Amino acid sequence: MAQLNNRSIKIMTGNEACAEAAIVAGMRFFAGYPITPSSEIAEVLSKRLPEVGGVFIQMEDEIASMGAIIGASLSGLKSMTATSGPGFSLMQENIGYASMAEVPVVVVNVQRGGPSTGLPTLPSQADVMQARWGTHGDHPVIAVSPSTVQDTYEWTVKAFNFSEKYRVPVIILMDEIVGHLNEKIVIPDANEIEIINRPITTDPPEKYIPYKLTENDIPPIAHYGTGYRFNVTGLSHDETGFPTNDPKKIDALYRRINRKIERYKNEIIFYKTELLDDAEICLVSYGSSARSAKRAMREARASGIKVGLFQIYVLWPFPCEALREISNRIKKFIVPEMNLGQIAHEVECATRTECIKVNRVDGSPITPQEILEKIKYVSV
Amino acid sequence: MFPYKKYLRLDKFPHIWCTGCGCGIIMKAMLRAIERAKIQKDDVAIVSGIGCSSRTPGYLDFNTLHTHHGRAIAFATGVKLAKPKLKVIVVTGDGDATAIGGNHFIHAARRNLDMTVILYNNHIYGMTGGQVSPTTPFGKRASTAPYGSTEPDFDISILAIAAGASFVARSTCYHATQLDKLIEKALLKKGFSLIEVLAQCPTYYGRPNRLGNAVDMLRYYKENSIPVETAKKLSEEEKKGKITIGVLHDIERPEFCEEYQKLLDRVQIKHS
Repeated sequence: MAQLNNRSIKIMTGNEACAEAAIVAGMRFFAGYPITPSSEIAEVLSKRLPEVGGVFIQMEDEIASMGAIIGASLSGLKSMTATSGPGFSLMQENIGYASMAEVPVVVVNVQRGGPSTGLPTLPSQADVMQARWGTHGDHPVIAVSPSTVQDTYEWTVKAFNFSEKYRVPVIILMDEIVGHLNEKIVIPDANEIEIINRPITTDPPEKYIPYKLTENDIPPIAHYGTGYRFNVTGLSHDETGFPTNDPKKIDALYRRINRKIERYKNEIIFYKTELLDDAEICLVSYGSSARSAKRAMREARASGIKVGLFQIYVLWPFPCEALREISNRIKKFIVPEMNLGQIAHEVECATRTECIKVNRVDGSPITPQEILEKIKYVSV
Repeated sequence: MFPYKKYLRLDKFPHIWCTGCGCGIIMKAMLRAIERAKIQKDDVAIVSGIGCSSRTPGYLDFNTLHTHHGRAIAFATGVKLAKPKLKVIVVTGDGDATAIGGNHFIHAARRNLDMTVILYNNHIYGMTGGQVSPTTPFGKRASTAPYGSTEPDFDISILAIAAGASFVARSTCYHATQLDKLIEKALLKKGFSLIEVLAQCPTYYGRPNRLGNAVDMLRYYKENSIPVETAKKLSEEEKKGKITIGVLHDIERPEFCEEYQKLLDRVQIKHS
């Protein structure tokens, strides 16, 4: 293994990087059901978790997997599952539960084409809206989208940190290209990685109020089996965790769970810009499509076209304000993505301008050439 | 008088169950069993799904988890594996466990995960208003079977035995004193244990089927139940229409948490 100070350089796939990073983040419980193209995450963890004293279980389906990780998180272990499109659909019921009961868990969705069984072995970015609106009811969502193996490692750790810090399920939206791509990765030294753990209550059991309205909107957690005999339910509940039909208490709950992400969104939202200062055309992209966008941007720049890149790493909450701010000086937004315009729609809402879309839904990656052609067409 | 108050969240009463419902009888039997088995309150986690039975944990002062319809066993699997010292009890109904939750039910039994499932079988969906369930007997009426059910019903205990459960017992709400002894045995058994309890639902099952009030339904259980020892001596013809009660199945099988611990020990030695 090559060493660079205390870092190590490796070749691995996005799925492997996700599994390794989850262990570094402190994940010690994985429940899942095999589905292409995510299965390697389960395979790696079935070997690695026992080595670090963690629990791996292959459940009977995705619904059970999602239920089991919620149960394990409530018993005190950082927990994760991994799936792809149709499995993600099955998990929605319990993702809603985790949102409602404020249980920290991480859900990896290595996207494939859909709807239905779709394209099991081919890439897609078609679950962006499923991640945002897949469950019923009003609740906030955090979803991140890595575009390289290196990103996958870093954003898996961050996904756990978000999940623990804000007590929410966090979704990692990879795509088949990133999941199966073998590339170089620099694994940081353990000391360089920030790990955040959930807020644990300091109140004695007799004074513990599980969903107490705190100043920061994030109630501290107690775990099952530690002397705190509290109740957790998916029903609308009051501060004590018991069901309520009191309109005031119901309203307070829904507004708080949404507010707790809204008020910290500036800590969560993350994007990178490149060559945007003088740009007239802005490419907005994410995941593996952003790699093609970057290449197209460089080639366009070489032929004198002023184009820049706005790469989104955190898809939800969406960076509306940042896009709106740059929209005054950008003539055209081009949005390459492997769906029929799910994020393009959000960009249009944020910038109040019609975007040029570059879409593929045939299981093929979007090539830099396709994006370049669109840039040239727009710049004329 | 048994100290029920020790285990109840008294501020959650009155309960929401209908007059004459069997749920309270089973809940009290479960509390007596926990007391007899000498299990501490902090060490018990009670998990439920959705339905009349599944409102039980809300009334009880343990670690309690009220989940989605059918999913209790899936959540309970995570709770148990993350904290094996917990005594995990799943309270569920016939619809919850064997319709929407059927997959989780048979696979937990197959894994022989150490948990006790107490299944309130009232042959009907009570909380949603009396619809037909997988245990509604053939020909019986329900709000979604106004002409009588045209489907055969599940024998839940036989299903659990076939799926791999270590301990399976059946009783009824009439046999309340037998019930706590069976639950106690189940709690002390290592592995997946099921207690199927036939529970009267005079409101949604009894009324459309003209089975009388709660007392009439309990009398039916009394008159039509036979101990498992007696049942063994009877022919299939003689057993027809009878409810076999008692311990139906009690075997030793490798338990999931223990097997996983062995795997951990093996892997850790290799890596230490």
